[in-house]
Amino acid sequence: MAIESISARRRRENGLLRLLRRSDAARLWSLLFPGLFWLTVFFALPLVVILLYSFLTPGPTGDVIWRFTLDNYWTLFTKDLYVNAYLRSLWIGVVTTVICLLIGYPLALYIVQRSPRWRNLLLFLVLIPFWTNFLVRTYAWMIILSNTGVINSVLQALGLARQTLLNTTGAVLAGLIYGELPFMVLPIYASLDRFDFTLLEAASDLGADRARAFLRVMLPLTMPGVAAGSVLVFIPTVGQFVVSDLLGGAKVDMLGNLLQRLFTRSNPPNWPLGSAMALIFMLVLTVAVLFYFRVTTEEDR
Amino acid sequence: MTVKDGYAVEMRDVVKRFGDIYAVDHVTIDIRDGEFFSMLGPSGCGKTTSLRLIAGFEYPTGGEIYLNGTPIGGTPPFQRNVNTVFQSYALFPHMNVTENVAFGLEMKKVLKVEIGTRVDQALEMVRLSGYGERRPRQLSGGQQQRVALARALVNRPDVLLLDEPLGALDLKLRKEMQIELKRLQERVGITFIFVTHDQEEALTMSDRIAVMSEGKVLQVGTPTEIYERPNCRFVADFIGESNFIRGRVSAVGANDVAITTSDGLTLHGQLVQPLRVGDEAYVSVRPEKARLSVQPPGAGAANMFPVAVDRVAYIGSDTRIMVQLGQDRLFNVWEQNARSTVDRDAYWQRGEQGYLWWPIENALVLTE
Repeated sequence: MAIESISARRRRENGLLRLLRRSDAARLWSLLFPGLFWLTVFFALPLVVILLYSFLTPGPTGDVIWRFTLDNYWTLFTKDLYVNAYLRSLWIGVVTTVICLLIGYPLALYIVQRSPRWRNLLLFLVLIPFWTNFLVRTYAWMIILSNTGVINSVLQALGLARQTLLNTTGAVLAGLIYGELPFMVLPIYASLDRFDFTLLEAASDLGADRARAFLRVMLPLTMPGVAAGSVLVFIPTVGQFVVSDLLGGAKVDMLGNLLQRLFTRSNPPNWPLGSAMALIFMLVLTVAVLFYFRVTTEEDR
Repeated sequence: MTVKDGYAVEMRDVVKRFGDIYAVDHVTIDIRDGEFFSMLGPSGCGKTTSLRLIAGFEYPTGGEIYLNGTPIGGTPPFQRNVNTVFQSYALFPHMNVTENVAFGLEMKKVLKVEIGTRVDQALEMVRLSGYGERRPRQLSGGQQQRVALARALVNRPDVLLLDEPLGALDLKLRKEMQIELKRLQERVGITFIFVTHDQEEALTMSDRIAVMSEGKVLQVGTPTEIYERPNCRFVADFIGESNFIRGRVSAVGANDVAITTSDGLTLHGQLVQPLRVGDEAYVSVRPEKARLSVQPPGAGAANMFPVAVDRVAYIGSDTRIMVQLGQDRLFNVWEQNARSTVDRDAYWQRGEQGYLWWPIENALVLTE
């Protein structure tokens, strides 16, 4: 291979490479380009489309008529079916998050105080749900909760009455909490791992009993973990449709179910209405999350 | 030194066991009200564990601890009128200085107006007035330590516990804080229990010192007592510097004892505890207590040996001379440079011959 001089190599370069070498702006943009492209095509553009559609009129055969209307939004705010779905989704989201918090925080605290060997094992156990397919997990819950399932078989053997466990809000909650718990445990664990437990001794030394030491010292300092975990649980939960479908049946209609129906299952599909629904949903979530973060995280001045 | 009657803290035969290890092994100490008491020893000797037992972060496996005469063995820390200054300061990072210092008072449900006054007083006492709004991470190490001090003292505890509080400070700041702490203790009058591994620090600041090793208390006494009358070789070695000459007891008198070494030297020293002929013991002589002369000293020097100077170190304020005593034994002698002279002949040189001697009172015969 001949060794060429720098100037010879430069002559072989095309215009693009030369531009990159000389211009800072060009370098910056070439690094940003892949990310921006992805975001634009797969996020910004769809968002614009949905925004557009939400103001259009649905056609009789599932197509879209280009006529401006506010009917979609009007329906969403007045028709019971939709309003109830929103409220139920928010309610389930909040309850799931709260229960995950009540279970997850003590669990994370327990794990953090074990010896390193036990800690790794326990964390692994918490993550096991991730190793199994989501759908399989949900079907497993159906088996446990059904009328001929595990729980009811045990109850029958004990001579007690059979309980209808499936197709209830409770079943949906159980499935959601089970699936979302790791998302709550891990951020809180990370927060607790960085927590200096000597501070609890100091609090105790200064007269705080265990409850007050927790509320005044531990909780405020692990708030970032609590906030992160709560958001990671709340958002997917509110948009759920698989779990509510399988474990709740027709009885538990959540946002996700309705959206799915409007876009695919209903006859005819109603994209404008679905778009409006999705937009309202995103707005509500954004507001809720922003508010939550403002309230729970420390301002670092 | 305003030491009052009565004991602030008593530990009676206290034991703390972790599995097979005795961190605190049958410790009995009395700490007087108002005194500056230090617990001194190498790492792992049990001093920090003892402190934690008094604070309430650990409970004794055996024995009892008394605070002003009341047993507090199983009482949790938040019910004891005792406060701690931690080695890492343990300031609450999510609170500013004022909130940190006020914490203990809030726990006791003191009225808000009173909290404000007392916090201001505490900050003024540690010379941090005006720092109330700052966060711990905006403070230097020395300032953080003073906040920790204020946070503890504002509660007016019966006893203040300090766990190696000066360990993280640089030398100059350390010396300053030693003086400040001592002054603070005298002004406030509270019993201070101070844990350290730095013997110079303990000697400087304490009314009394407890020297500990491996969970046991070896000796309790004033700094002078500990330094001049150590009761065993470990204490003599840990505090200050000393020469140790090992040998066997060859004769026992009323107050003094004769030790013969393996290379035939005979030394005399003071008896500290009963010994019999044939016992193994050490003659302990501190370097500043021995003398080196050109001429042999007159009568009255029971211990006198011709020696050759092996090495000399000029420290400025004193000269440290290492002489060869007997076979393969180096002995340290420290002489103060009392005269201001640059004349070389005034100072000992390598290879010079001289006479090493010391009076019996300056030598102690100690066992391990």
